[in-house]
Amino acid sequence: MSMRGPKRHLLIPIDPYTLSKGAERVKAALDKALALSNLTDTVRVVETGTVGHHEHGVLLIVYPDGVVYGDVTVDNIPQIVREHLQENRVVEGLVVRDVRIGPFDTRARRVEKQVRLVLRNVGLIDPESIEDYIAHEGYEAAARALTSLSPEQVLETVKASGIQGRGGAGFPTGVKWSFAAREKAPQKYIVCNADEGEPGTFKDRLILEGDPHSVLEGMLLAGYAVGATKGYVYIRGEYRMSIARMRKAIDQARSKGLLGRNILGSGFDFDVEVREGAGAYICGEETALLESMEGKRGEPRNKPPFPPQAGLWGMPTVVNNVETLANIPLIVKNGASWYRQFGTPTCPGTKVFTLVGNIVSPGLIEVPMGITLREVIFDIGHGIPRGRGFLFAQTGGTTGGILAAGELDVPMAYDTLRQVGSGLGSGALLVVDDSNCVVDLVQNFVEFFNHESCGKCTLCREGTGRLLEILHRLTSGQGDPRDIDLIRRLSVNMKRAAFCGLGQAAPTPILGALQRFEEIFREHAESHTCRAGVCRMRAEVAA
Amino acid sequence: MAVSEDAIQGSGAEPRASLIELLKRMQETHGCLSQEVLTKVAAETGLPLSKIYGVATFYTLLTTRPKGRYRIFFCKNAPCHVRGARRVLEAIVEYLGVQPGETTPDGLFTLELTSCLGLCAVAPAMMVGDDVYGNLTPQKAMAILEDYRTRERNEHAWS
Ligand SMILES: Cc1cc2nc3c(=O)[nH]c(=O)nc-3n(C[C@H](O)[C@H](O)[C@H](O)COP(=O)(O)O)c2cc1C
Ligand code: SF4
Ligand code: FES
Repeated sequence: MSMRGPKRHLLIPIDPYTLSKGAERVKAALDKALALSNLTDTVRVVETGTVGHHEHGVLLIVYPDGVVYGDVTVDNIPQIVREHLQENRVVEGLVVRDVRIGPFDTRARRVEKQVRLVLRNVGLIDPESIEDYIAHEGYEAAARALTSLSPEQVLETVKASGIQGRGGAGFPTGVKWSFAAREKAPQKYIVCNADEGEPGTFKDRLILEGDPHSVLEGMLLAGYAVGATKGYVYIRGEYRMSIARMRKAIDQARSKGLLGRNILGSGFDFDVEVREGAGAYICGEETALLESMEGKRGEPRNKPPFPPQAGLWGMPTVVNNVETLANIPLIVKNGASWYRQFGTPTCPGTKVFTLVGNIVSPGLIEVPMGITLREVIFDIGHGIPRGRGFLFAQTGGTTGGILAAGELDVPMAYDTLRQVGSGLGSGALLVVDDSNCVVDLVQNFVEFFNHESCGKCTLCREGTGRLLEILHRLTSGQGDPRDIDLIRRLSVNMKRAAFCGLGQAAPTPILGALQRFEEIFREHAESHTCRAGVCRMRAEVAA
Repeated sequence: MAVSEDAIQGSGAEPRASLIELLKRMQETHGCLSQEVLTKVAAETGLPLSKIYGVATFYTLLTTRPKGRYRIFFCKNAPCHVRGARRVLEAIVEYLGVQPGETTPDGLFTLELTSCLGLCAVAPAMMVGDDVYGNLTPQKAMAILEDYRTRERNEHAWS
């Protein structure tokens, strides 16, 4: 968005949720009001991607003033236009203060601890305009790389930055790329993993919908570094808006010569296509994703060979997460040591989290690696609502580990969380208050795994079913003291012997919960009581 | 509807690439991937029916059975669950008189459970067709569904 011309911009984040709250009608009312007040030359209305704060309905951000209005309806428009835009008086009653968008930190409370690298443009630029992205230094990294850096230099920069993949496992991105770069093959591929099925996770959607070009630029740089000329973005089928925005971004990049043949006269060719998923959590696993892209059932493949050696159609393929790729342009533009100033020495950079569950301010945040759980929950998320106490937090989505109250000061990074049996996973952070029952929640996790198990291997297919049976016994008052041991043994075996990451990770929250809250499991199994009063014990009813 | 073999077999190195997308399109035209539709896909693509059936039943967005006019996708994953999804679901089940997976006798609604819709910031959440609803309570959910019913009735009254 260029600052020449209009003096003010009104940003309206558009996503399925704000649309359902009438964002389109608000925008139409604004256009009309601006025309009536002869403000069309000085004020421009920009539809941006979502900013991930859904608790305030339709947002309206006045730029560069840095004022964020929330729950805006058509009826508020005349007042905002008259008082704010004509008389320069902020309409205090409509301002929300716990939202941070782009560089606006004057009024927000949750700002200080956030560092927006990946989300630098989200909510600030028009995601459907490549010009806006370019005006915000977009494609500078690509231009610089293609004209003055060798593929090896790009690869070395990414390696030296120390960035680890943001899709869950945290594998060093530069190392993964170097495996693919080393291969000799007639064709190599870059695949952007935008399947995002992890419950509680929606960060990739917000990046795709808010700043699709940053992902494309990351793919282009990856392609250049490893010698791939074709890329695919595999997007979850339910994400209609992400799919549409990405398709549009690809067309725009192509028409500007930033995708296609001989990009910027460098002799390098690279093109990208969107592939839609069809609803299967397992297709986020990289080899299942490749199977699905080949038109088959999404069942994981044997590894090795790993995708960088033999991936899509048997060709060397780099699979990277959306957030990983969105980091790349910044790293290439600013250099590895710039990147390393954020985060911890062993885990550089920032992490985008979705903060969900029993939390006062849910939504999307970006923080430096190494921040503590306590800071995230209580300083950024403003704690737990309705005066309830903290029961536990789960990091990394449904396959993530469980952290109890005593672990609130663990730094959030791949290595430090691994030490307490957890991980960062996809970046979902679920906060659970003490009105919930941990056994009931474990049952909920297992229902998910049981539903999403692809059925290829027995341990996971049958194991999740058995676990569900046992947990159901516990939560309905039919439990038996031996059940706890059964759960533990089954979980340990699944962890050791399941074929893929789903079956191997499914036991993580189960074992984590058992370890921290065994007495609650025992109460369910032995005295058939649920102290939270959540589980409906048949024994209790009978008594 | 003619299905070009090319669409699925693709060219050279990339066979079958768009089988999933093809099935999606067939579903849009025919409502669901009935046995008849799948047989036709098999005949025209040369792929074995068993393979096609395997794919059609693997993915949640593909369906071999007819659905109601509005598909309700209700999320019961943990982030929705801890904010009261269970009570909302119970209310919907009672209101519609069908269990998850079933269609109401009038063919208006099919109730389906889904994984996270990415709306956890406003959990509990659901989608009805393409429309998104969040911060649900039992009362709010029933009012929303009642709205669809009323709309349907009015459309009938006017046509
Ligand atoms: C069951 C399962 C589901 C996964 N889902 C996703 C996903 O939705 N998105 C994603 O980026 N990675 C997902 N992953 C991780 C991928 O397999 C892979 O590690 C990742 O895409 C690599 O990208 P990165 O190196 O940039 O993190 C999943 C893994 C497993 C085992
Ligand atoms: S562990 Fe589960 S999801 Fe993975 S291959 Fe086995 S059955 Fe499929
Ligand atoms: S968990 Fe229900 S929408 Fe995310």
